[in-house]
Amino acid sequence: MITELTILPGFNKVGIREGFSKITLSAGETVSIVGPTGSGKTAFITDIELLAQGDTATKRKVLVNGLVPDDEVRCNPCRKPIAMITQNTKCFADLSSEEFLRIHARARGIKDNSVVDETIELANKFTGEKIKNDSRVTVLSGGQTRSLLVADAILIGASPVILLDEIENAGIFKQEVLRIIQNTGKIIVFVTHDPVIALLTKKRIIMQNGAVKKVIIRSDLEVTAAYNLLEYDKRVSIIRERLRTGKMITEELVSASLA
Amino acid sequence: MKLLVIAGPPSSGKTSLVKQIVKKMKHDMKIAFFKIDVVKAFEDVELNKEFGILARKFISGDLCPDHASVMVLGDAVEWAETNGAELFIVESAGLCLRCSPYLNQGLGIIVLSSIAGIHAPEKMGCMVTLADIAVVTKIDLVSQAEREVLVQKIKETHPDLILMETNALQGTSLHRLYEIIRKSSDIDAETLVLKGNPPLGTCTICVGKKEIGWKHHFGVIQKLDGQTAEYLYRGE
Ligand SMILES: Nc1nc2c(ncn2[C@@H]2O[C@H](COP(=O)(O)OP(=O)(O)OP(=O)(O)O)[C@@H](O)[C@H]2O)c(=O)[nH]1
Ligand SMILES: Nc1ncnc2c1ncn2[C@@H]1O[C@H](COP(=O)(O)OP(=O)(O)OP(=O)(O)O)[C@@H](O)[C@H]1O
Ligand SMILES: [Mg+2]
Ligand SMILES: [Mg+2]
Ligand SMILES: [Zn+2]
Ligand SMILES: [Zn+2]
Repeated sequence: MITELTILPGFNKVGIREGFSKITLSAGETVSIVGPTGSGKTAFITDIELLAQGDTATKRKVLVNGLVPDDEVRCNPCRKPIAMITQNTKCFADLSSEEFLRIHARARGIKDNSVVDETIELANKFTGEKIKNDSRVTVLSGGQTRSLLVADAILIGASPVILLDEIENAGIFKQEVLRIIQNTGKIIVFVTHDPVIALLTKKRIIMQNGAVKKVIIRSDLEVTAAYNLLEYDKRVSIIRERLRTGKMITEELVSASLA
Repeated sequence: MKLLVIAGPPSSGKTSLVKQIVKKMKHDMKIAFFKIDVVKAFEDVELNKEFGILARKFISGDLCPDHASVMVLGDAVEWAETNGAELFIVESAGLCLRCSPYLNQGLGIIVLSSIAGIHAPEKMGCMVTLADIAVVTKIDLVSQAEREVLVQKIKETHPDLILMETNALQGTSLHRLYEIIRKSSDIDAETLVLKGNPPLGTCTICVGKKEIGWKHHFGVIQKLDGQTAEYLYRGE
């Protein structure tokens, strides 16, 4: 069982050592990674996913419960305690959604096939147009693919560590995703440009030029700000959904959203 | 001298992998590189320019590149040994899905791209089955789930392969590969043998030409150095 992940410093893009001595993430903790495009956010969570041992571009090392993980844990998906949603919104495997999930369940050592239907059902809560069991993963839209992969990470990856790279993109319902993965006892890391998500996490890691620039613990004031923003965000989503389904904006919606 | 024979479909990342290996190991051992391709190859110039290692190529032309490699590899091994190489890396063209270039000694590595499609590993026959190690590249371009699906498929079809995944442009997670290379045994050039079976129809009789008399037949024999035509075997 993972209780703790430790990230040891590497080097930034021009080879200067990172300023922190170590970053520890504990079970139940939510973290966001923020920073300009290209600053190394994806690289940071990829290091965690690969359980890097100085063998990635950043030269960082990642410890599990304070120890160097063995090769088997690093390479065998069955034993890998980490699920990651990447920024990729394309699948190349010529398989139906059902076959894809079934093979992935096998890779993760899950015997019970009912997980496949459950995953597709959950994915359909995150997305607009429904994914069917026999939809080929190669023809799913970007948003549908992301939804399927998020659901897959939650139910099939089902790992104590979940890494999410910019889930706010590709038009999936982030409120729904956030609700499901809150209070799960997992380590959850969001790479995000979204202020709502950034403020909903307890820790914020700021990236710059390929290195961790700062680690910030959320203040009480920011908690209040987060909930205000969340309300605002919900109203924005209502308007977005109305527009998506061809409806008009009403008078009361306008005054409500500006209130 | 240690030997690596690297195969895989075009653009799967063979050269990118070779570059990572060379970058990592050139300080510990003298490396020679040999590329066999069908029409064109640039790797020899590239590798020599980038790392200053010994590098050369062979263009197989009308031959199956794996057939060509059987003929020229003896000379190439001798060339590498004469030049004092401690690690000899052979990158094959990897086009012939019937044959495989791996030998009974050294390591055979199949390079597979994660974006080549889920059925590709099954279609490649002995290029995959006879390899010792499979390296899956371009993992930066696909989702974690898809990587795991691909790896699972490969494992189910080829349970004995040592499997690794990498972003070959950055050389991520290749420590294990470097270890295996370091620990691999030196080869004995006198007893090198092809691992797989050569294809049927290697000469004109095999492919069904019925005429009697050597004048009507030729096989495919070629040296590493020298013109093709001069060495084409046409009997006595
Ligand atoms: N994103 C990404 N691109 C890669 C990776 N590996 C290789 N490439 C790219 O894929 C292309 C082909 O790579 P090569 O290493 O030349 O492939 P090869 O197998 O040697 O190709 P041939 O020798 O021509 O058959 C190049 O443009 C590489 O930059 C990888 O892991 N990730
Ligand atoms: N410390 C580092 N050393 C060397 N290269 C790095 C380092 N950090 C990041 N990079 C490289 O910089 C490039 C951009 O980084 P990355 O993709 O992580 O950015 P990002 O913050 O996720 O950007 P975006 O918001 O656009 O997704 C990548 O090619 C990555 O491998
Ligand atoms: Mg990114
Ligand atoms: Mg090449
Ligand atoms: Zn052949
Ligand atoms: Zn014959």
